[in-house]
Amino acid sequence: MSEKILMKGNEAVAEAAIRAGCRLYFAYPITPQSELIEYMAKTLPKVNGTFLQAESEVAAINMVYGAAGTGKRVMTSSSSPGISLKMEGISYIAGANLPAVIINVQRGGPGLGDIQPAQGDYFQATKGGGHGDYRLIVIAPSSVQEFADSASLAFDLADKYLNPVMILSDGLLGQMMEPVEFKPRVSDEEIEKHSEMHYDWCMRPNEDGPNHHHHEINSLEIDPEVLETHVNKLAEKYKKIEENEIRYEAYNINENNEMVCCAFGTAARIVKSAIDTLNSEGHNIGLIRPITVWPFPTQAIADSIHDKVKNVMTFELNLGQMVEDVKLAVNGKVPVGFYGKVGGVVFTPEEIIEKIKENLGGK
Amino acid sequence: MKVEIMSSGFGGQGALTIAKFLTKAAMKEGKHVTWLPAYGPEMRGGTANATAVISDEEIASPIIGQSDILFALNQPSLDKFGPSVRPGGLMIVNSDMCPNPLGRDDVEVVNIPLNTLAKEIGNTKVLNMIAIGVVIEKRQIIKFETIVSDLTKFLEKKNPALLELNIKAIRKGMEFVK
Repeated sequence: MSEKILMKGNEAVAEAAIRAGCRLYFAYPITPQSELIEYMAKTLPKVNGTFLQAESEVAAINMVYGAAGTGKRVMTSSSSPGISLKMEGISYIAGANLPAVIINVQRGGPGLGDIQPAQGDYFQATKGGGHGDYRLIVIAPSSVQEFADSASLAFDLADKYLNPVMILSDGLLGQMMEPVEFKPRVSDEEIEKHSEMHYDWCMRPNEDGPNHHHHEINSLEIDPEVLETHVNKLAEKYKKIEENEIRYEAYNINENNEMVCCAFGTAARIVKSAIDTLNSEGHNIGLIRPITVWPFPTQAIADSIHDKVKNVMTFELNLGQMVEDVKLAVNGKVPVGFYGKVGGVVFTPEEIIEKIKENLGGK
Repeated sequence: MKVEIMSSGFGGQGALTIAKFLTKAAMKEGKHVTWLPAYGPEMRGGTANATAVISDEEIASPIIGQSDILFALNQPSLDKFGPSVRPGGLMIVNSDMCPNPLGRDDVEVVNIPLNTLAKEIGNTKVLNMIAIGVVIEKRQIIKFETIVSDLTKFLEKKNPALLELNIKAIRKGMEFVK
């Protein structure tokens, strides 16, 4: 075990990405994720990597698109308004079956909003955001350690499925410091191996001569029948991801639960505090915390509704986005309530305790 | 054991650093910790605050509604966060900059002239270390030795004179409440 280091989430995920073999990073600064780009600027040159501050978020994501075409581990990061700008590029990357990692350190929206923590980009991350039938794998960490660990997971999943992966964080996780332990840095040989697995499709110099290069990677299929086949293949891939990559935490889920709560990321931590307090007073409340918000742990939520559960409460830092997926999962079995805070205002454990108490007994 | 700490003052007084040093020392002593700054479009002379949670068990929420220990380095901090200190909690109040006491008798209040004491030591920057000295003496959340070893690592080569002043400041805070 390595020594624990006290670090901000933004810095921890940057370090973890470099350790996971990321050597290419393109981004444009924005609060509250600027420590991430700063850390990459400082550290990537020392490991023979390429850091480039692009002239805009649009430029950065298209640099990612190009670099991903070479099969290397490449990443960009931003915060909500910047992520909106990247959406076109993300759709292209998804359409072209390319591996890349995008980090969103969410802030209050819509528009320029503010710079405080929020979860208003759930719809954008999990339901599209860009155009067309595509899916992002979306990981929503809830601690600095999990934020850091999600870097290598994101790159592994991107490589495995040739799909862009988003880490959906927020300003609180980015700015907060917690102790974090890092995995050892992958060797140059391992980095080479990551690229090698893409040699059958990626752009690279070819020893066979100039005419044997792969000439083109794009997301344009002008013939409808060809595009139909292409999109159906994407659907097959998404199905496989749904079968294999659902991750969640079941916290105090048992047969005697009177209520089940659902929350992700930062919100889940605050809900956990509230549940701990209430359970120590004799209640029995469980929490399902989706770690992948797409693919969504639909079955896990359905299975957590045991006989004594009167209702489900969903807590988010938005107007109610994930609650739609929770309702689909619960499928009318019990009522699903919602409580949220917006504008970058974060609820306290005391507020959640009050809300849960108000709703206990299926009210 | 879980201790929730709020540290607040004018930007530049070292409120964030108080919470950070306590967090780091507690981590070195094997505790679970979180440190959360209030970040925003802050301006010079505005207020800055940070919360720290130190616990034997895993910490769920880094956001706190009430605190067990409050460092109030100026009047606005005392007015804003003083009312949410838990009964039986500890308030370390910089009496040089807090002319109006809150008048709570259900918490332990240490009124300490941090600016004056820091000036006596010879550097107003060590104001926050005096406050840390108070908490080390009053509440056994971290050990004097841990924070000194952390400071030593940090400053030994960079600025040995400042290291001396910092250690002196911590001792001064401890002695003030002995």
